[in-house]
Amino acid sequence: MKVGLFIPCYINQLYPQVGIATLELLEKLNVDVGYPYGQTCCGQPMANSGYENESVGACQNFVENFKDFDYIVTPSGSCAYHVKKHYNIIEQTDDVVNVRNKTYELCDFIVNILKIKHIGASFPHKVGVHKSCHGLRGLRLGSCSENVGTEYSYIDELLQEVSGVELVTLTRKDECCGFGGTFAVTEEAISVKMGKDRIQDHLDSGAEVITATDTSCLMHLEGLITRNKQPLKVLHIAEILNSTI
Amino acid sequence: MTHSKAASIFNKDEKKVNWHDKALWFVRHKRDIAAHTVTGWEELRNLGHGIKAHTLSNLDTYLTQFEENALKNGVQVHWAKDGDEHNRIVHGILKEHNAKKVVKSKSMLTEECHLNPYLEADDIEVIDTDLGERIVQLAKEPPSHIVLPAIHKKKEEVDVLFQEHLGTKPCDGDPQYLTGEARKHLREKFIHADAAITGVNFAVADTGGIVVCTNEGNADMGAHLAPVHIACMGIEKIIPKQEHLGVFLRLLGRSATGQHITTYSSHFKKPREGAKMHIVIVDNGRTEQLSRPDFRASLHCIRCGACMNTCPIYRRSGGHSYDATIPGPIGSILSPGKDLKKHSTLPFASTLCGSCSDVCPVKIDIHSQLYKWRQIITKDTQQPFVKKTSMKMMGNIFAKPTKFEKVGKVARWSLRNLPKSMINSKPNVWGKERDLPLGPKESFDDWYKKRQKNE
Repeated sequence: MKVGLFIPCYINQLYPQVGIATLELLEKLNVDVGYPYGQTCCGQPMANSGYENESVGACQNFVENFKDFDYIVTPSGSCAYHVKKHYNIIEQTDDVVNVRNKTYELCDFIVNILKIKHIGASFPHKVGVHKSCHGLRGLRLGSCSENVGTEYSYIDELLQEVSGVELVTLTRKDECCGFGGTFAVTEEAISVKMGKDRIQDHLDSGAEVITATDTSCLMHLEGLITRNKQPLKVLHIAEILNSTI
Repeated sequence: MTHSKAASIFNKDEKKVNWHDKALWFVRHKRDIAAHTVTGWEELRNLGHGIKAHTLSNLDTYLTQFEENALKNGVQVHWAKDGDEHNRIVHGILKEHNAKKVVKSKSMLTEECHLNPYLEADDIEVIDTDLGERIVQLAKEPPSHIVLPAIHKKKEEVDVLFQEHLGTKPCDGDPQYLTGEARKHLREKFIHADAAITGVNFAVADTGGIVVCTNEGNADMGAHLAPVHIACMGIEKIIPKQEHLGVFLRLLGRSATGQHITTYSSHFKKPREGAKMHIVIVDNGRTEQLSRPDFRASLHCIRCGACMNTCPIYRRSGGHSYDATIPGPIGSILSPGKDLKKHSTLPFASTLCGSCSDVCPVKIDIHSQLYKWRQIITKDTQQPFVKKTSMKMMGNIFAKPTKFEKVGKVARWSLRNLPKSMINSKPNVWGKERDLPLGPKESFDDWYKKRQKNE
């Protein structure tokens, strides 16, 4: 099984440590990982802003880079969801269909394809999980509070096996953080307010670290935390799962 | 005004935003408790979705069946292609009966058609009898929510409003006193009304009857006292059979307020002796929306308001920020179909978090439709030059790996080396209240290449 690692554009440029943790984690789990150099972006920033047409080149580049892998794994629920849900705008060749079917968010891949829950990580901290929306309600990485049914969460399942992690209970367990791509600037006031409210919930619940499947949400929250000098850290879930402190 | 502008004004008073958010979250929370205690809730949603989809695909059949049965019951049926025709019909009926005083129970359709000002222009008094509706009517404001029309008003504001209009005593916003006074005031209006106008929640094709859901019994008070009852409905209110009410009434109350059922689910089938009953069936753009495959499911809506209560943007921007008859997520997929230009910012007033679609009792894919409207809006309406060109540029950069690498390098260098005052200067809206990450020296690409070399 050959896995293609997709590192989202902003992680590649701004949060390389998240990419490194993802790669190291997958290698630790004995996955044969390849990283195609020509990759850029899944196309989501343009498409979610209403410019799907401008994203066609990015989509095609994505498929071209990843078509020969058995699975494509990425530390982003949002990007994985975009490939699966919105790549209907390019011609549905066998390669495109295959890439869409084989793209997985990291936790989803570990739990459902590798069928591993215990990674052997340790991280002695109180952790608040921010359930990023596209992973939660798009990829269904867990049950959401709106739906009625069996409760589950792949993220929690993995974190519960990490030695020392104490998961905190939030008042609003799956409210959006307000990032939303270009929404973060076009609706700046609401975006900031939503972020502040999420952070307060984590602080009130005693979290030391906020983690998520998506660095985009975390970048937004971190921006507020840093500006307001709040006692919280953000870490992508790959960084916790790869931790052995 | 754009949604974003209106929202930023609303956010100037953070305490009020917190209060508004909590008030609506409380309703969402009540909805969760109610929904989670129903065995088969998700099956019920599937059924609701299925019945609505089937009905919309056979709308002509069910509408004519409904008309036929309503006529048999002695009800007069009218058809209106748009808001103007609807208003003319209602006005005509009132004139025919020489009605000068009208009581109205909650109806978003008459809001949509702007019926009140139309009738008031001919010196007809129209009193909204739902308490929340009456409050916003006295305040000369539109409703800010379809189920909780005055949710943006604090009880202290209602106190002041009632002192001015109903002559109440100052009471520090005592809800019991204020409600009691409103009740007295409205009783007078009910007793002297010449006609009653109601909305319609469900119109049952196989019986010709209609169902109106209220918590205050005001629809009944109006319709049972006045000699004329006019019920106004959009064409999408039809359901095929009486037994389908069992699905929708269970979904509606729970989704709207967390009640098992609305306090009053009033069935009107025929005029009582000596009285008249009219039903006005209105299109007003619905057929056009039905013709759009991507958006037709928006007509499934049973107006429960759950998408508003759950929407993190609605809760923090208030209903008026949408400047549309129906605010919130469902309004943002309905309104562009009516006036694309006017409502062009609404589909962008969302993070596409998807909570609206998951809370919707009839499973409308609201957030997917928001995404689809965005694609149409950027093509069919004028867009800011900066947005258009930056999207084109980004598209080009991401299509070419070498360009991406170069741009990334420059961006990282800038974040690392430029002074914060420059990074967070005015054009960078992000930086107004948030820091940007420090640009790392190495991208993941750089790190990986180095690692490969050293292996």
